Amino acid sequence: MVNFDNPKIIVKQLDFYYGEVQALFDISLQIPEKQVTALIGPSGCGKSTFLRMLNRMNDIIPGTHHQGKILIDNSEIYSDNTDVVQLRKSVGMVFQKSNPFPKSVYDNIAYGPRIHGITDKNVLNEIVEKSLQGAALWDEVKDRLDESAISLSGGQQQRLCIARALAVEPEIILMDEPASALDPKSTARIENLIGELRKEYTIVIVTHNMQQAARVSDMTAFFYEGNLIEHDQTQTIFTSPAIKQTEDYITGRFG
Amino acid sequence: MNYRLRERIIKRVLMGAASTSILVVILIFLFLGKEAFPFIYEPGLSGLWNKRWIPVSFIQEFYGIIPLITGSVLVTIIAVVIMIPFGVLGAIYVAEIATAWEKNILKPFIEILAGIPSVVIGFFGLVVLSPVVKSLFGLNTGLTAFTGALLLALMAIPTVISISEDAIHSVPQSFKEASLALGASRLQTIWRVTVPAALPGIIAAIMLGMGRVIGETMVVLMVTGNAAKISWNPFDSVRTMTATIAAEMGEVAFGSTHYQALFWVAIVLLFITFLLNVVAQKVLKKYQMR
Repeated sequence: MVNFDNPKIIVKQLDFYYGEVQALFDISLQIPEKQVTALIGPSGCGKSTFLRMLNRMNDIIPGTHHQGKILIDNSEIYSDNTDVVQLRKSVGMVFQKSNPFPKSVYDNIAYGPRIHGITDKNVLNEIVEKSLQGAALWDEVKDRLDESAISLSGGQQQRLCIARALAVEPEIILMDEPASALDPKSTARIENLIGELRKEYTIVIVTHNMQQAARVSDMTAFFYEGNLIEHDQTQTIFTSPAIKQTEDYITGRFG
Repeated sequence: MNYRLRERIIKRVLMGAASTSILVVILIFLFLGKEAFPFIYEPGLSGLWNKRWIPVSFIQEFYGIIPLITGSVLVTIIAVVIMIPFGVLGAIYVAEIATAWEKNILKPFIEILAGIPSVVIGFFGLVVLSPVVKSLFGLNTGLTAFTGALLLALMAIPTVISISEDAIHSVPQSFKEASLALGASRLQTIWRVTVPAALPGIIAAIMLGMGRVIGETMVVLMVTGNAAKISWNPFDSVRTMTATIAAEMGEVAFGSTHYQALFWVAIVLLFITFLLNVVAQKVLKKYQMR
């Protein structure tokens, strides 16, 4: 297990179950602050399930339960007095399929700040602009803020979803295969954006695409059948993995 | 028989079945027009624009349909005002909040309510509800527009609930997840994302419920008191267009002026429901464009 001086997220001996079916087995992992951690592995290996543990999105699936600990900034996020609203505010999420609300571009970004009580028009305008700039989308949409978000292209929609997540000022951003439905050009833009965002945010990204993991991440964790097989510097994982299974997956022998 | 001929025959049969409704609508229009037509010459269409509906009299008959229209409009407005909150909020509860266990109880009851024959509802209104309305509001009679509207709302609520529920249910899970992931509570998500996304379906549901209300006959005939006068007081007796046709058509002399006037009432009713449908479609289209 790789340890850090000042980890943002600490996961200790995490087991997770969908009803009777165990999906995660004894996962222990530390995620460093302001770096990109990639979770890789074949379909059904538990990487998305693990990601959704970090902002408690699995709570909404009936019949799930877990054991173990997840600490963010050294406080347990599954304790009885955790404020899930505050947690999700500080741990933003971007989904595999871009899912803008059927509202205007502006209202999409302003949605988060508004539900957290911001009503001042000037403040909202500022947040919208800042968030869109943060997601490298401002120049493309600044003249069409009132248009429906659905009218944007697929890549723009995904960056809009990133901007929407930024608008509530998170510290951590979870990304669940954010570029898997996009064309190569849009994918490249998202990857560049991740490179920018890592300066200010802690990013955890699930990806199917190993080249992508190699390109964007500092750390890589390889999951297989609900187990964390290996976790190390991305460079190490992709050049000299310690475990045979990791090497087989990286080199395309299975998965 | 070779397959091509068979295909063609099947196609014709299906087409025939599909066009039946067109044919029926045209026939109804022609029939209504034909029966109502002579009224235009004698006593003339201006006779309809009158505040009195007194079709049988020894002195002078009046065929003014204004009181019938106001009666229908008053009952419909009250019914819709009652129907919308119960129907829409009920649908939100059933679709988004109720546990599986609660749903298993709620849904069959809603379906039973939808299936109760209108004459039974009218009977219930006459015997149970109208005395309550009478004593509760200190009226001379419990047979009022309000009583009828209450029952009509009851009849339309299941329609509104089940269609709105479908609409709410079909809002993609991904919208809800996006909202929750931003730190919205469940209720904020329902109110700000799910319901707005389902709004076209909800509006369609309300329009359909309204159609049911305005076209319903038996209940209003039984409980609204059937006084053909212009009133906007919910606690007055009123007479609706549907009730007028149902009550008088059986006894009117075939082909008489009164008979023709009743056909004009039907034409106006048809026109109103048609207009309602067109508006509903327009609203739906506008929202779907977004």
